[in-house]
Amino acid sequence: MRKSLADFGLPVELAEAHAPVVLFDKVNLAFDDRVILRDVTFDVRQGHTKIFLGASGAGKSTILKLMLGLLKPDSGTIWVLGHRVDDMTEDQLMGVRHHMGMVFQEGALFDSFTVGENVGYKLYEETEMPLSDVRARVDEVLGFVGLSEHLDKLPSTLSGGQRRRVAIARALAAKPTLLLYDEPTTGLDPMTCLSVDTEIVKLRDLERVTSILVTHQLRDAFFIATHEARRSSGGAVEVVEAAQEKIEQADFVMIREGRVAFEGSAAELRHSTDPYLQTFLS
Amino acid sequence: MNDLRKWATETAKSGLLEVQEYVRLCIAAAQGVVSRPFYFHDLVEQIDVIGLGSLTVVLLTGFFTGAVLALQSGMTLDQFGARPFVGRLISASMIKELGPVLTALMLAGRVGSGIAAELGSMVVTEQISALRALGTDPIRKLVVPRVLAGFIMCPILTVVADTVGMLGGWIIAVTQLRVSSGVYWTSVTEGLYLQDVWMGIIKPFFLGFVIVTIGCHVGLRTSGGTQGVGRATTNAVVAASVTVLVVDFFVTRLLLAMLFGA
Repeated sequence: MRKSLADFGLPVELAEAHAPVVLFDKVNLAFDDRVILRDVTFDVRQGHTKIFLGASGAGKSTILKLMLGLLKPDSGTIWVLGHRVDDMTEDQLMGVRHHMGMVFQEGALFDSFTVGENVGYKLYEETEMPLSDVRARVDEVLGFVGLSEHLDKLPSTLSGGQRRRVAIARALAAKPTLLLYDEPTTGLDPMTCLSVDTEIVKLRDLERVTSILVTHQLRDAFFIATHEARRSSGGAVEVVEAAQEKIEQADFVMIREGRVAFEGSAAELRHSTDPYLQTFLS
Repeated sequence: MNDLRKWATETAKSGLLEVQEYVRLCIAAAQGVVSRPFYFHDLVEQIDVIGLGSLTVVLLTGFFTGAVLALQSGMTLDQFGARPFVGRLISASMIKELGPVLTALMLAGRVGSGIAAELGSMVVTEQISALRALGTDPIRKLVVPRVLAGFIMCPILTVVADTVGMLGGWIIAVTQLRVSSGVYWTSVTEGLYLQDVWMGIIKPFFLGFVIVTIGCHVGLRTSGGTQGVGRATTNAVVAASVTVLVVDFFVTRLLLAMLFGA
């Protein structure tokens, strides 16, 4: 069922713990005569995972760009981290983006920078953090994604999977509260996909980052929704089948021709009788 | 007929859109110069890339232009028995017109194309979107340092081109035209008015600005993958070269009115 701003009792203090981290209310977007999104409404709660599924060109990536303010909607409102971003100026958006991270489809790494410079870019350029602290944080996040030894390499010398993991490390470096993933596993082999999925789960559960994932890779989507990361008493991290409570914190949204065709849990998606969903899942 | 009207309307609209976006970029760049954050280390890097990187091509262009001008004008001046005035002709030509325009055209080819290709590649690989997502304004990070570097370095490179041009002319005057050094340099200084020097120094500020802003504008509006990057590079060079000549004409007209009251 479609919700409106009134359903959330807005205007509300979205920064409050109970309030949605992201809220789309009847968002519409068209490029000339081509309609991209129609009446898209959804919300994302703190610490939850939202997974957008849909065919290529359905408008999934556009939703992430709208959240970041890289695009403006034609109508509707978008709230992110307590701020209405659809009518913000570019300068104002910088403040909101400071708390967000984005992993682009092909990584979008700066090809003239080394891996370390890519990862530390935001801290070095956009914060007052001392250089020694930046280096320490870069080492920490590269260690998190298992790429410490590639610090001084250029992105062009890395494999596709390694580049995606560097992109995750870059998005993670400034400790965002909201991470957006745009098709992070597209074009990768199954083993590399699994390692990227594992990083996403670890980030969400160990760093407590709200995650929004756009993909058309069902296997990855269900893996992320149904697994959780735990740190054992010895400090080792393991990714295991998630408890029911955790599984319920992952929502699926199916985008079809710019509309929200389905919104619900992994189980609801699997048991849907909608012919389009069944075709997509088959 | 309707198709023709539709085509003309669409062409006019897209042309106006380009002009509007170019003006917006120039305004945003100007605002970026006077407000924070300012990426100083990028400015230093761009001064190196645009200024020092272009030094060789500007030296060669200036030198051989001055030399060939001496060769050609020597023969013409002989017809009037005015060979000793070759220095005056070279200094006036180089400082007022050839130095600024040829330096600007070299920069359009080297710097304008480089900027369009670099920014265009960043657009098609989503690096510009990544910059914005990381909280960096691409105008402040990429455009402002390049525009400032072009604005600062174009006049400096023009002075270098003028100087080596007159040196090239001097070598030819002494070795080929048998004009003594003293006569040549006296002629060089006598032929110049202070207003000419002002004109030769003021014009490159405008030319440097348009070359770099056009390169940035075309680069940031790139679409269509690697083919689009190639197209953007070509467009940047063509647009910057033509604009250099057009701007040179209008700025010269303006400066003539302001400096000479002509």
